[in-house]
Amino acid sequence: MWNVLYIDLSRRDFWVEDRGDLFDRWLGGIGVAIQLFKEEVKPDADPLGPDNVIVFAIGPLTCLYPMASKTVAVFKSPLTGNLGESHAGGRSAVAIRMAGYGAIVVKGASDIPVYLTIGDGTVRFRDASVLWGVRSTITVGRILREREGKRGLRTIMRIGRAGENLVRYACVITETYRHFGRLGLGAVFGSKKLKAIVVYGRESIPVKNPVFYRRVYDDIYDLAVKSELMKKYHDIGTSMNVNMLNTIKGLPTMNLRSSYFDKAEFISGEYLAETRLGRRIACSHCPIACIHLAALREPYKGEPYFYKTTYVSYDYEPIYALGSMLGISDTDGLLRLLDTVEIYGLDAMSTGVVLAWATEAYEKGLVTIKDTLIELRWGYVEGYLQAIRYIVDQVNQFYRDLSLGVDHASRIYGGVDYALAFGGNEMPGYSTGYGAYLTYLTGGRHSHLDSAGYSLDEKLLGKQYPPPEQLIDMLLAEETWRQILSSLVICFFARGIYTVDKVIEALKALGVDYSRESLTDLGFDIYKEKYRVKMGLGFDLDSLRIPRRIFETESCSRMLDESYINAALEYFKAKIRGMLS
Amino acid sequence: MARRLAVLDAERCVGCQMCMFACSRRFSLGGYGRSAIHVRSVGGVEKGFTVIVCRACIDPLCAKVCPTNALRRRVGGGVLLDPSKCIGCGRCVDACTIGAVFWDEEKNKPVICVHCGYCVRYCPYNVIGLEEV
Repeated sequence: MWNVLYIDLSRRDFWVEDRGDLFDRWLGGIGVAIQLFKEEVKPDADPLGPDNVIVFAIGPLTCLYPMASKTVAVFKSPLTGNLGESHAGGRSAVAIRMAGYGAIVVKGASDIPVYLTIGDGTVRFRDASVLWGVRSTITVGRILREREGKRGLRTIMRIGRAGENLVRYACVITETYRHFGRLGLGAVFGSKKLKAIVVYGRESIPVKNPVFYRRVYDDIYDLAVKSELMKKYHDIGTSMNVNMLNTIKGLPTMNLRSSYFDKAEFISGEYLAETRLGRRIACSHCPIACIHLAALREPYKGEPYFYKTTYVSYDYEPIYALGSMLGISDTDGLLRLLDTVEIYGLDAMSTGVVLAWATEAYEKGLVTIKDTLIELRWGYVEGYLQAIRYIVDQVNQFYRDLSLGVDHASRIYGGVDYALAFGGNEMPGYSTGYGAYLTYLTGGRHSHLDSAGYSLDEKLLGKQYPPPEQLIDMLLAEETWRQILSSLVICFFARGIYTVDKVIEALKALGVDYSRESLTDLGFDIYKEKYRVKMGLGFDLDSLRIPRRIFETESCSRMLDESYINAALEYFKAKIRGMLS
Repeated sequence: MARRLAVLDAERCVGCQMCMFACSRRFSLGGYGRSAIHVRSVGGVEKGFTVIVCRACIDPLCAKVCPTNALRRRVGGGVLLDPSKCIGCGRCVDACTIGAVFWDEEKNKPVICVHCGYCVRYCPYNVIGLEEV
């Protein structure tokens, strides 16, 4: 039995339906979320209107195997106007399953600020007008933590002022340091006057083949903690990519004017671990503890011997976006920027890319101090801190435009060639080559994680690229398999452990039988469903914009040839047309 | 020799809750509905975690307040539950000073650590361990 909780914010109503039909056919996670989204949303729905729908889904492995620790959120993105998909860990997935649900569908909109408490088989609508406008998401978390109880058994998803003010790349924060970061779920929450969702529960899930289950569990656990497969995430964390990418010259720097940052050392994972790392924490049911928290110690101005210490979460992508992309090498300055986007609830990646474009536009005179109100200059932390606040509060027309994303802003002010968004989504931190950029262009959510082209680039370093058609086929194979991981829902960091065979075993222990073939077919089917929805929402491969900058800056010491990308895209279009017909 | 489960160093805890899942898995159950160990943050994950589990009292309060003698003293400290005697009154939960008596909502009975040490294997950070008493 798989219960789906439906919540209608307009009518302040909720109900539960057994949707075993969907989980049987589509596994869970993204597979099920896409179907629920399709059932509920009209293609022309305003992303910031009551017709938009948010679906949260977990999968059959949640609460049963380690590292099945993610929740998938699907919604119509206010940033791209197209399909929004974002994954987050923390305790979100475990809490949803422990509350007894496989998915939660939130629709409608409230007229006053509310937050929801989900647990004990019910949904409580609580007035959130006191929380609305509170400066920091950390304070909001603190208040809800004190008020709602169930410590250790719950998730607290919330938005910040960026979400309230409908910044199109506002995020939803869970457990303070994890995020539904990309594509603007925070603004969707804000448009629904939904400040937070608390979910809790404490249940037991019977297992079909107990002895086999415990054996498979132990295999997976041992691979996680004893093999080399997770070491990178465990030791330095994702931030080890800073030095690694910089060494191979694939670290986007100063709005991608370069793929190499000469001061990268000071924002690198190794340096942070050595000088700032204060604590490591984990998502629920994951032994890896990849969440690295830096201790930022700051003196209060004018008061001797009076300090505050803030714990700031750092990962590779936020470091790239608010570090190298802005030319920032001041370690504490970077941490302050990371802390600031956390406080306001912004997607760090989009924020960094937007500010990088704004800096270049300012430098080139497309915008002036009258627009920016403060000097935007590479490496100038104070300017960027202020600019972030201006974006959140949208203090003038320029910042209102920035709050709509870099695609929008560059259409108004110029500088389209160096507005680094793909499919409307600001770029991730890999300028590694054809693989990375083709992933951004073709991936379901225009994220590096869709088909991991950057990883192909790294393997092809210094080698001849295969023909574009072959590269697309490799990306497609990866993306279709990842639909299975996103349906289970496995953290992608554990993808080396959850191989096809391991997934089949893990499901078998739960009484769910798949063959290698049926599982890969299902991945393909889910991918097709996702792309069908994407097309239905107006996604058009023919009008994809490719920022010229990627042909002007070397990627891993290689100049990219436009004709290769165009040939790859033509082949991809034909493939998609064939698949969907 | 009798053994007890001990929290060796809570400062090393990363809050992964692997121990909680392990505890229910002894009964071939997923989730943590029947777990006798609990991990929660100390007022926000940035401040670290508290690990709550029976500390194997020699003269346990939970046993003292049990009206049906469903909780009998265990050799080495702590208690063992006789479910057939338990009426689910919950006095043991209230009595435990450290909150280490948990509740199985489905069976309406307490869940208390029996110090088997199954969870220890799943703590990669040596937060918990078995001690001889």
